[in-house]
Amino acid sequence: MSAVPGQTVGPFFHLGLEYPQMNELVPPASPRAVRLHGRVTDGEGNPVPDAVIEIWQADPQGAVLRTPGSLRRDGWTFTGWGRAATDPDGHYQFFTLEPGATEPDRAPFFAVTVFARGLLDRLFTRAYLPDHPDLLAGDALLESVAPERRATLITRREPGGLVFDIRLQGDGETVFLTYPRLRDSWA
Amino acid sequence: MESSQADINREIEAAAQQPGGPQPKIDYAPYRSSILRHPKQPAHLVDPESVELWAPAFGHRDVAVDEADLTIQHAGTPIGERIVVTGRVLDGDGRPVANQLVEVWQANAAGRYRHQRDQHPAPHDPNFTGVGRCITGPDGSYRFQTIKPGPYPWRNHLNAWRPAHIHFSLFGHDFTQRLVTQMYFPGDPLFALDPIYQSITDPKARELLVAAYDHDVTTPEWSTGYRWDIVLTGTHRTPLESDTEEHDA
Repeated sequence: MSAVPGQTVGPFFHLGLEYPQMNELVPPASPRAVRLHGRVTDGEGNPVPDAVIEIWQADPQGAVLRTPGSLRRDGWTFTGWGRAATDPDGHYQFFTLEPGATEPDRAPFFAVTVFARGLLDRLFTRAYLPDHPDLLAGDALLESVAPERRATLITRREPGGLVFDIRLQGDGETVFLTYPRLRDSWA
Repeated sequence: MESSQADINREIEAAAQQPGGPQPKIDYAPYRSSILRHPKQPAHLVDPESVELWAPAFGHRDVAVDEADLTIQHAGTPIGERIVVTGRVLDGDGRPVANQLVEVWQANAAGRYRHQRDQHPAPHDPNFTGVGRCITGPDGSYRFQTIKPGPYPWRNHLNAWRPAHIHFSLFGHDFTQRLVTQMYFPGDPLFALDPIYQSITDPKARELLVAAYDHDVTTPEWSTGYRWDIVLTGTHRTPLESDTEEHDA
């Protein structure tokens, strides 16, 4: 069957996609919380103030969760999914837990989707944790990416959290992903 | 200098001569906002890993049944043509995507969004917000009751008007099937002039975004009906029974 094409999320997504605590996978004040944040910028390095970022991740033990409750947060259940809108400076943030490795020899990462006005289809990428040099060195995706672009897929650690900037175009353009069964036209 | 509709039409026509696939061209200059916002490097092909082989779970705990009716969210009745939009969410192999979240948002009958940044001087409707959600049924079905949105101007170029549309956000069995798109109404005279719609250069693929008027969905003395089935890309794994069950912890 032919897949329905994507379309831009448009400028008014706040109306339909925003909801309370959408970026709080755990409560921000929780002692377990880490902040995952960054800026989305365009081909001229200007902020993209109307982007939506989503993350999907394993829990700290590496379990892929099958738990609803991402829209009506109960303040306790960790569902592994969150959504954030960028602010006028192109900045987004999540409060979450660090994902664990889903298999013993795999590098843990956040799966990320990017939507924006001006972006005609969503983009996929990964945000790896920075602290596992051995696992990162052996990671199938990172190994297949040109060395000078690998850093765009790896978060930077800072006190209390992780930084992941997303550049849609130009210098330091983020590596965006496609998958074997996904029929993207852009190349 | 601001482009005219004739300039945009020429660009749309030129782009239509290039080979195109079933997805929008993300490098599509007639949609001016895309110029600095599309990656120039090709997408990097990768095999999905565990977490990417599953989609987040949603359930009736997340969405109330009433949220699928956009006409009952306020004290009064919204103005405009009452419509029902229904269909099924399927994966690329024709299997239903059950128990997944469908989100919609749209302008009102006058073509105005209830959003601070929409300054188009058409009236707000105090009885219409234009936001709905539902969870797909066991057969992948969804159903919204709403008001037919109007076309609206959007300043991409001089005299730019969007065809009437409803925004849809969808999840599949896998994270890799995530889709945000727009549903259009049949026979809209603005199709040929709209660079967002025309960014899909394959006419057959483009038509997949257009709902069908369905007289069996239309109900007497109440509303007209549209049917729109949404096919996502193929899943990478065999969907399990558990993809169709609720997973309340």
